[in-house]
Amino acid sequence: MYTETEIIKDNIKAGSETDLIINIGPQHPATHGVLHLIVTLDGETIKKIEPHLGYIHRSIEKMCESLSYRQFIYVTSRMDYLSSHINNYACAMCVEKGLQVEIPRRAQFIRVLMSELTRIASHELWWGAMAMDLGAFTPFFYAFRERETINDIMEETCGARLTMNYMVPGGVMYDIHPNFQKRVKDFIQLFKSKIHEYDELVTGNIIFQNRMKGVGYISEEDAISYGCTGPVARGSGVHCDIRKLYPYELYNEVEFDEILETGGDSFARYLVRVKEMHQSIRIIEQLIDNIPEGDFQAKTKAVLKLPKGEFYTRAETARGELGVYIVSEGGATPYRIKFRSPGFSNLSALEHMAKGSKIGDLMATMGTLDLVIPDIDR
Amino acid sequence: MFSLQGITNGIEKWLHNNMSANMALLVECAIVIFLAISLFAILGLILVLMERKVAAHMQIRLGPNRVGPFGMLQTTADTLKLLLKEGLTPDGADKFLFNLAPFVIMIVAMLILAPIAFATGFQIWDLNIGVLYVTAISSISVIAILMAGWASNNKYSMLGAMRSGAQIVSYELSAGLSIISIVVLTGSLQISEIIESQRNGWWLFKGHIPAVIAFVIFIIAVTAETNRAPFDLAEAESELTAGFHTEYSGMRFALFFLAEYINIFIVCAIGATLFLGGWMPLHIGSWQGFNHIMDFIPSSVWFFGKTFLLIFLIMWFRWTFPRLRVDQLLSLEWKYLLPISMFNLLLMTVVAIMGWHF
Repeated sequence: MYTETEIIKDNIKAGSETDLIINIGPQHPATHGVLHLIVTLDGETIKKIEPHLGYIHRSIEKMCESLSYRQFIYVTSRMDYLSSHINNYACAMCVEKGLQVEIPRRAQFIRVLMSELTRIASHELWWGAMAMDLGAFTPFFYAFRERETINDIMEETCGARLTMNYMVPGGVMYDIHPNFQKRVKDFIQLFKSKIHEYDELVTGNIIFQNRMKGVGYISEEDAISYGCTGPVARGSGVHCDIRKLYPYELYNEVEFDEILETGGDSFARYLVRVKEMHQSIRIIEQLIDNIPEGDFQAKTKAVLKLPKGEFYTRAETARGELGVYIVSEGGATPYRIKFRSPGFSNLSALEHMAKGSKIGDLMATMGTLDLVIPDIDR
Repeated sequence: MFSLQGITNGIEKWLHNNMSANMALLVECAIVIFLAISLFAILGLILVLMERKVAAHMQIRLGPNRVGPFGMLQTTADTLKLLLKEGLTPDGADKFLFNLAPFVIMIVAMLILAPIAFATGFQIWDLNIGVLYVTAISSISVIAILMAGWASNNKYSMLGAMRSGAQIVSYELSAGLSIISIVVLTGSLQISEIIESQRNGWWLFKGHIPAVIAFVIFIIAVTAETNRAPFDLAEAESELTAGFHTEYSGMRFALFFLAEYINIFIVCAIGATLFLGGWMPLHIGSWQGFNHIMDFIPSSVWFFGKTFLLIFLIMWFRWTFPRLRVDQLLSLEWKYLLPISMFNLLLMTVVAIMGWHF
């Protein structure tokens, strides 16, 4: 039984008596995971969004403190599982920075190739899932047609399709499969012959454009102050591609463009991701024929020990900037690890983007943020 | 030649020879009820399978292909599963309305079936205001949806029901106006007369540009009225999980599901009757030989062929387009479709008065 004061208290919490509070998630088709949004509605209009996190928090950062420098990299595959190569890559680079190991050129080539393939696979999945958020099912299957090919390539070389655990400190775990180059070239051919279907089915669709244009707007200043990175920030015109700003390993040797759109709305973010797939193909094309002979892994000690100090590296995942911060006390395990994950900061801008729009717009905005919940909760 | 009219006439003759007139009428009613219910069941089976197959082939998949040849028994298996499931009623629900809603929506779907002519002389009830009857009855289905959404005591359901209410009430206007533009040409509301007026050509071809515009608006409006994508805002699974039927399970959910497909069939049958000549075969001007061959195809085949063509069109929409937003949906109707169809009605009236149609 409610007392009068409790009712008043609830009304204050809700904002007003006419507000409708609705829980989107933790089990909801549009959140693609266990994200929980408490949305305050006035009819169909969104007044407030309060994300509740932690449903899939596994305390990866704490777990890493009890794992050795070789082991902790594998756990990070489970953070942003769609760009697990790049997570591993960033962690491996951070350890290498501490060890001051020189990476063989062949390993660098393989790493960059794998990263770009991962980026394409991630953007493909995002493309399908985002169209599904808007109510179109068919694009999902179109996206998976190409993504499967990448997964097959990964399976052949890394032995896994999703959490690859292929990058190790000093290089990659084992050499590429003899078929690798041929299959990647086949994939490029397939991708180029099919990519026009993406534009025909979704990009040019009038309903799709009306749903995306002017929806979820975020200005350049706001994108910076919310700490947005990756395609979300680049859709607002923020120059933030880590591969261009702080090129690591091979990225200053290959030619590619940083995609910038100035729209700041969902459609701009959509275009950034679609165009990024083309740039990734461009990078792969430059590297695939030139993989040098040599070692795929630098010689490292059996037990890695980082010197005392703090180490920070960053990498551009499919979602934005991933920062890896390791504090070492000189032992065989890290003293403290912190990951700066792109999804968390991008999610923080959701309320700013979707406030005042309709429920349908919230789905369109959330779709273009490309949230991976384990990346946010870690 | 195969003809459904021959069969019905034979049955009627036999009944009247063997029993009194009232008894014969009673038996005929029983037969009609039985046929209507079995038509529902069969249509449900066929349309659900058709939807899955159409969807699969648009999505580079194969679709159901394990249960029975070409997966033909898949729907039967699914129905069996739904029959065996528990039909939960939520605690906070208005139990009476919650349980009533699926039946209301089914009864509405059954009632609209009455004036539809399936073949030459094969019609349950050829009432003189057939078209008006269809539009009147089909608007009742929104009450069932509102009932379901309200009684579920679920916020998603209520949002879905409210969206659906706004949507169906507005799109009925343009659907009605495009129907009226054909009525203007025929001068009759009776379904059999509308079909008869298309003996020498379908209204879609005879009625010039206004008829084509009316047809396009009709298809858009009925897609919205049946809550199909791209207008499936009432269900909108990425926004409202399952909209107005979120809380339904088991056979009560199946009734909503079935009613959706029956409604598609009915609106497509109306569309085929008004614009594509119902059971009339395709005739081209003075091509005697061609027309003669077309006459050999049974009228029921013509009717179902045209209806399923339209159903395929509506399924095609669903698997191609993304969903509209709720304000875009309403502005499409009130700002574009309604003014266009009003103007189109005027144009059609001029065409009818001047006798410019063929």
